[in-house]
Amino acid sequence: MSRDTRAELRLLARDPLLAVLLAAIAIAVAVFVVHPLIRVLLASFQVDGVWTLQGYVDIAERRLYRNALINSLGVGALVGVASVVVGYLAAFVMTRLDVPGKTILHYVTILPIVSPPFVSAVAILFLFGFNGLVTRQLLGVEDFSIYGFHGVVLSQIFTFAPIAYLSLRGVLASISPTLEDAALNVGATRWQTFVKVSLPLSLPGIAGAFLIVFIESMADFGNPLVLAGAAFPMLAPQAYLEITGSFNLSRGATLAIVLLIPSLSAFAIQRWYLSKRQYITVTGKPTASSSKIVSTPVKWLLWGLVVAFALLVAAFYAVILVGAFTRVWGFDYTPTLAHFAYVFDVGLQSVKDTLIVAVLTTPISGLLGMLIAFLVVRRSFPGRATLEFAAILPFAVPGTVVGIGYILAFNDRPLLLTGTLAILVLAFVFRYVPVGIQSGIAVLRQIDPSIEEAAHNLGADGLTTFRKVTLPLIAPAFFSGLVYAFVRAMTAISAAIFLVSANWNLMTVQILNQVGSGRLGVSAAYSVVVIVVVLIAIGLIGAFVDRWSRHTTMVRHP
Amino acid sequence: MTDSITITGLSKIFAGPDGGTMAAVKEVSLEIGAGRLVTLLGPSGCGKTTLLRMIAGFEEPTSGDILFGGRRMNDVPPNRRDTAMVFQSYAIFPHLDVFENVAFGLRLRRLAASEIEGRVERVLEQTGLTGYARRSPNQLSGGQQQRVALARSIVMEPRVLLFDEPLSNLDAKLREQMRVEIRELQQRVGITSIYVTHDQVEAMSISDEIVVMKAGAVEQRGTPHAIYARPVNRFVADFIGKANFVDATVRDASSVEVAGARIAVAAMPARPVGSAVTLVVRPEAVHLSRDFGALVGTIRRVVFLGNLAEYLVSVDGIGDWLVDSPNPAETGLLAVGDVVRLAPSPPSVHVLPG
Repeated sequence: MSRDTRAELRLLARDPLLAVLLAAIAIAVAVFVVHPLIRVLLASFQVDGVWTLQGYVDIAERRLYRNALINSLGVGALVGVASVVVGYLAAFVMTRLDVPGKTILHYVTILPIVSPPFVSAVAILFLFGFNGLVTRQLLGVEDFSIYGFHGVVLSQIFTFAPIAYLSLRGVLASISPTLEDAALNVGATRWQTFVKVSLPLSLPGIAGAFLIVFIESMADFGNPLVLAGAAFPMLAPQAYLEITGSFNLSRGATLAIVLLIPSLSAFAIQRWYLSKRQYITVTGKPTASSSKIVSTPVKWLLWGLVVAFALLVAAFYAVILVGAFTRVWGFDYTPTLAHFAYVFDVGLQSVKDTLIVAVLTTPISGLLGMLIAFLVVRRSFPGRATLEFAAILPFAVPGTVVGIGYILAFNDRPLLLTGTLAILVLAFVFRYVPVGIQSGIAVLRQIDPSIEEAAHNLGADGLTTFRKVTLPLIAPAFFSGLVYAFVRAMTAISAAIFLVSANWNLMTVQILNQVGSGRLGVSAAYSVVVIVVVLIAIGLIGAFVDRWSRHTTMVRHP
Repeated sequence: MTDSITITGLSKIFAGPDGGTMAAVKEVSLEIGAGRLVTLLGPSGCGKTTLLRMIAGFEEPTSGDILFGGRRMNDVPPNRRDTAMVFQSYAIFPHLDVFENVAFGLRLRRLAASEIEGRVERVLEQTGLTGYARRSPNQLSGGQQQRVALARSIVMEPRVLLFDEPLSNLDAKLREQMRVEIRELQQRVGITSIYVTHDQVEAMSISDEIVVMKAGAVEQRGTPHAIYARPVNRFVADFIGKANFVDATVRDASSVEVAGARIAVAAMPARPVGSAVTLVVRPEAVHLSRDFGALVGTIRRVVFLGNLAEYLVSVDGIGDWLVDSPNPAETGLLAVGDVVRLAPSPPSVHVLPG
């Protein structure tokens, strides 16, 4: 043990409460993040309890699996590019142009982020399915099938472009428009300014957004399961089908590992970009000045494109809403409350279960995220970088992999958790904590550490400092951590589908079942309930965080 | 109760990012008497802040001991050391109002509400913050934020007060005012204080004693007057005020020879006749006139500052000297090209011991 390590341990020991907490967190991350992944990896090399590479050989040799890999990669790349284009456009219009209706455009554009995963898939079926409003009723097309590559890509663009938009919005907002002014001032044309200044400055952000969308697309389970169809296999649903359909756990594990590799690679590259981007991120308030690098006609053209996208999103939600109140879409458009009656009668248990899981997950995940961010940024201890990496890792691990890992890892004593409420909550807490950690770290890095040192100096121990000073200071990150955890817990499917049981079931799984049995109306009604709950919860969490941390603006420290 | 501070053989070695090491503080030993205000003075990177942070407990010493009143503090965490620190960035809690900022430490001690209120009000009065108790920190000016930081520290009645460049973010005028206030407050409460700064004027005006540091080590310690008048080496002489350095030869026990002229000095270190020494001649210690003085020079540059005139004089056989003449309006301003005689005042000519 080096002298530094000993010194770090000695320092930790002086704050025993914090040391115990740190140890507990480290153990929990090892058990609930790392351990399941190792179990998946081990299972992928075993067939019927014998060590073998046969699983991987099969995947290389059998067309079904090969295609699943190629399809997933292809869809991921295409959706990544398309989402970045849409997202950049929207972010540019929102941050740089002086156009009307930006607030409403913003909220409509990010609506898909807070929705259950099937909303766009179900809306697409409503519009373009065999009995679709557009394909059948309006155009009268008989032989058009939405299932397959185009359906998945379309649906995923609607699901993930908002993520690209949010991430690029931050990037563009941090690039001062005065840089563009400076370029124009020295004689560059508008186009030159964009190509030589604005675009290069946002390039790391664009790459980052692409990789995030790529990871999300690879991991996406809901859209492919509904829209890919049998002729277009993809990795995440295929792994699920291997386990639930053929009870082939090792094949599922092998597919999961194949799915994990591109996601982890993309994640590693994205982290690397992120660390580089920190050098150009301008701290402080984003300037609100509007850009002069687009001419008036171009400005309205760009605005029109963003409005068109927002209108499409709005149309999807309108279709879901109408569908939820329509007797049989495509045949009988009589208004009805029957679907909601079903949800609150047959489906009531799953509504309750979902709420319980989400309400338990949210505070644990939110607090844990802030605590880990605090420990990682403000304390030094052996293995700090490892803990940070392991805690953020789940961000890059597709839910399918997590789900398979959990049923492998927690199916035996002493950690027999399958079928319980605990397994769902634990899976969600650790799966959704990375976003809180990352925003906590980002906010904390901008806060002068001497504020916490002052608390320490005045007699507060580590935990008191965290509770009384750090947490109120990073309230915005805490808020986003809480909201993210709640939204995801309400809308999760890919890991959850392996973990639900007769005792504990979730609404998203019900939506999937209803889609599977062709009852789109009921699934739409479930979706509406989920969206309404999520919107109410965001409001409540916001009010709570506001009330609890009285500060609104930070003191500026020179 | 305030304490003396004893520091013995204190070192801090940081591990560099490339695997190398960097000694921020090297084998520093100091004894600070109870109730004294001692300044750690030095250029940035000299280790003064690291030393202060080790005393506060924010940095772990690599070796050496820190004692408060005879009690070893090395293993005592910062929150139990009973020091109170005023930070360079003030480090005011932005989510709490002025009252709650000042009451923060008292609340942690679980004092009775009435006592907290009394003490906070008293200290707000002492620091001129009466009426600001319910203000949010972001409604305060820089000087007021500084006072909140000060109030938050002294309300604790700590054993040791620590100041980490507390005035460096204020403008010149406010800085002057605050350092008088800090000094008065410190003398009134009588708490042992360590004050870190890189500003020699601040150090001179506030301290009982100054510790001049360079590259992690103590170069000299003494009263402001001693440090100014009798610097132990060129670095200290140069860092504390302006100085002309002159090569000279020892002539006898009370004079040296410079460029053929004999110059009297106040004190001569034990050096044999004929050995080479360096003189420190402060600009204000040289009298300029047309006809009196052992040295002759030509005025090269004149800067008129009102209360004094700064001359750059090219001294024959020696080189350029800075010379300050007080009250030029009365004595008459010299012009570039004037030939003058220079008379260093013997009590102010210091011979470096080295």
